[in-house]
Amino acid sequence: MTSMPKPFIDKHLPKNKLGLSVRNYEGVMSTLCAGCGHDSVTAALVQAFWELDLAPESAAKVSGIGCSSKTTAYFMGQSHGINCVHGRMPSVATGANAVNGKLHYIGISGDGDSLSIGFGQFAHAIRRNLNMLYVLENNGVYGLTKGQFSASADYGSKSKKGVPNEQTPIDPCVQALTLGAGFVARAFSGDKSQLVPLIKAGLMHKGFALIDVISPCVTFNDHAGSTKSYAHTYKYYHPLVHTDFVAHAEEITGEYADDGAMRVTMHDGGELLLRKTDSDYDPRDRAQAIETLMLGGSDGEIRTGLLYLNEDMADMHAANRLPDAPLNTLSYDQLNPGSGALAALQKRYR
Amino acid sequence: MKDVVETPGEVRVNDFVIKIGNVNGTGSASANGLLMKAIFRMGVPVVGKNLFPSNIQGLPTWYEIRITKDSYFARSGTADFVVAMNAETYARDLAEVSPGGFLLYDSTWPRPDLHGRTDITAIGVPLARMCNEQFDNARTRVLMKNMAYVGAVAGLTGIDVEVIRGLVTEMFGTKAHLIDANMKAIELGLNYVREHYPDPLPLRVEAMDGTSGHIMIDGNTAAALGCVYAGATFGAWYPITPSTSLMDGFKSFCEKFRVDKDTGEKKFCIIQAEDELASIGMAIGAGWNGARAFTPTSGPGISLMSEFIGFAYYGEVPVVLFDVQRAGPSTGLPTRTQQCDLTLAAYASHGDTKHILVFPANPKECFEMAVQSFDLAERFQTPVFFMTDLDIGMNDWMIPELTWDDSYQPDRGKVLGKDELEAIEKFYRYEDRDGDAIPYRTLPGVHPKGAYFTRGSGHNWKGGYTEDSDEYKEVLDRLTQKWKNAAAAVPAPVIIKCGKPARRAIVSVGGCDGAVREAMDRMAADGVHLDYLRVRGFPFSQEVDDFIASYHEVFVVEQNRDAQLRTLLINETSADKTRLIPVLDYAGMAANPKFIVEGITAHLEIVGDAA
Repeated sequence: MTSMPKPFIDKHLPKNKLGLSVRNYEGVMSTLCAGCGHDSVTAALVQAFWELDLAPESAAKVSGIGCSSKTTAYFMGQSHGINCVHGRMPSVATGANAVNGKLHYIGISGDGDSLSIGFGQFAHAIRRNLNMLYVLENNGVYGLTKGQFSASADYGSKSKKGVPNEQTPIDPCVQALTLGAGFVARAFSGDKSQLVPLIKAGLMHKGFALIDVISPCVTFNDHAGSTKSYAHTYKYYHPLVHTDFVAHAEEITGEYADDGAMRVTMHDGGELLLRKTDSDYDPRDRAQAIETLMLGGSDGEIRTGLLYLNEDMADMHAANRLPDAPLNTLSYDQLNPGSGALAALQKRYR
Repeated sequence: MKDVVETPGEVRVNDFVIKIGNVNGTGSASANGLLMKAIFRMGVPVVGKNLFPSNIQGLPTWYEIRITKDSYFARSGTADFVVAMNAETYARDLAEVSPGGFLLYDSTWPRPDLHGRTDITAIGVPLARMCNEQFDNARTRVLMKNMAYVGAVAGLTGIDVEVIRGLVTEMFGTKAHLIDANMKAIELGLNYVREHYPDPLPLRVEAMDGTSGHIMIDGNTAAALGCVYAGATFGAWYPITPSTSLMDGFKSFCEKFRVDKDTGEKKFCIIQAEDELASIGMAIGAGWNGARAFTPTSGPGISLMSEFIGFAYYGEVPVVLFDVQRAGPSTGLPTRTQQCDLTLAAYASHGDTKHILVFPANPKECFEMAVQSFDLAERFQTPVFFMTDLDIGMNDWMIPELTWDDSYQPDRGKVLGKDELEAIEKFYRYEDRDGDAIPYRTLPGVHPKGAYFTRGSGHNWKGGYTEDSDEYKEVLDRLTQKWKNAAAAVPAPVIIKCGKPARRAIVSVGGCDGAVREAMDRMAADGVHLDYLRVRGFPFSQEVDDFIASYHEVFVVEQNRDAQLRTLLINETSADKTRLIPVLDYAGMAANPKFIVEGITAHLEIVGDAA
């Protein structure tokens, strides 16, 4: 991690509706290895926020520990961020979100952070349908501690020294589907054109949105025999559904109009246009999504895109009947029952 | 308090102990609570202690009711009138009856062996037989047997049945059939003893005016009420004995006071977390985002939370932890009380960490200190530990009615708002602008200029990541100074002088208070005069240091094996440890004066010095 600012020159860059250039959405200089997939995810996040015209201060970034979790420092320097303890970002996001649901919560985690030490918190954040975008930068390996397999490493995938992994992998998308997540996507850090719309859609989804991003580790897991390398991912990359996000203010152009796209209206009024690239795939069918992903394990194909979407689930705020005004904005007068109420209450203790 | 004239000789009015041995899961807690509450309503001060097993049904449980006209508030450690309802513990219950005392047993079955106790009076009442004759189903018979002994005890000791009737009516409200059934059972016991034991026992309850302006409430409920009055809006928890009733209380008060009648919207959020690793994380997330947030737990929860506690300490995030202590180590005795997390909480988490602690001694202080805890947490931007225990938290205590100062405004600490951020050139999260070691913080969503990155990794005063030794040390040193400054802000110690020249004193903490005060009275009667200081906050204020320094020896009275308060005093004051004499009780029961008198007396005998 670093605190080194980047030089800031954006005079000739296009501005969004807030008059901001993409540079306004960047953070400090990345200290990840050159070519790290995570830096591509960072760039996609910057692009997505800029394109959505979201004020930087309307976002709160949360992360745990690991290479992936460092990246919250590398985008949106004008947003609050919290880089907490290993595997426990979901709990911090839960508390933060509970008291101010007006912000866009974006959690960045990794396969070690989410699928080993933080597996419980990952699962329970989904069960609560916490309204957040949860980006899991998945490289199958522990980078900071120099190359141990993670829980997402495929069976038989080889370490840098050629030793095969002999434990079965945890697939975060399958887990999320079985736990009831309403937005489950898989992407590849090497395909920004797919990732940016997925991030935008995930941010606009009211509820828990998981994007599992295959994000190769160039230092410890980019060799022959690895199933999370750039070469392997490019070879087996198989988009199922193409997603475009259209903000509600925009007119939907003819380009999308009659090519069989499925339109899904999001809670903020924006619209998702989903186009199948596989003829039979229906991203509203949870059982099919699980089946497709599990079959994918046998043919080696990495199925990507918005795998499942359900916009009709109550999120944590709704389930807890929380008021529209964030709890952290309530004045003390709205919370204090007063001395009279205290006196009256105590009759029951006489 | 009105004096009650005692009949010379054996009659004891409003000064004895009833102890009921029963089986848990039989409804005995309601019956015993009813007895205690009736005595309280008669204006007679009471102390009630529920000794219960870590079990749902079938294991031994005891309830002690101390009737104390002198308003002592500890257990006495004696049992003058034992109600033996549990065959399994009969021998032990019998052995506990004070000489000259009474034993009530269920005479449905053959008269039990008194094991040679010729110094007590056994009273048989056919509780089971009467209830079996009068009630139909098995469960009702079991429940009503307990109500029947309530009637018998009332009849034998003079507890006013009309007061009991009033309580039963309140308890069951509109359910007339339940009121009738319970009163019928109570009258079975009452009428039986009136017929068979017409002479009053020498243990008498007589109405007096010793409880007006008082309530009976447990500390967890009072602390929960404190959270409401503090303006806490967020609580996360994982169920654990003996803290559970704190969140239950918070929920019920919030549902009463904080739900919009029209929309059903809730001005609070309670989340039952998947574990304590998560509950503390949620509370920290909410505190970071500007809400007053807390988590109630017990020792095992604190152990699990430790990593996050260090994060909140170093990242300077306000959060309040309620540690309702129970006997450890490990799972220990989940339903027994101890003060065994003092050192754990004081230095919780890895690396150099020191925390702010408050130590309530009774439910009144639970209410008041809960509010203070949130003020301290936000003012000092750090975790605050509210150190209560099972005895304070789960037993009903008689305390003066709680009062509220409507002019109270929460101390939200240094939080920069939108306009303030607009006005400054640049915001640095850990800058000590005021020279008081407390930096300013900002909340997400307020202003882009307020953005900063909260991290548990090394950071400098600007909030940036650093591995530079000097920058790292600068932040750590400021945290030390901030913690030291809190000594003047935590609740001040309570000092009680015995009024005689004293060379020795007692220092104690929390729920030992009642036992210490009673021990002082008993020892004063024997010519041993001691002053007393009760610590109420950590870090210790200068007063604690000065107090200890002014005595030849100081007895440190606490409820744990390892003398943890003494350890903290040695670590954090200038006290000479050879002059700090540990007086310890770690049996898991609510404190009684006996261990204090015995511990101090034994020491005085060894040093050969009576005062």
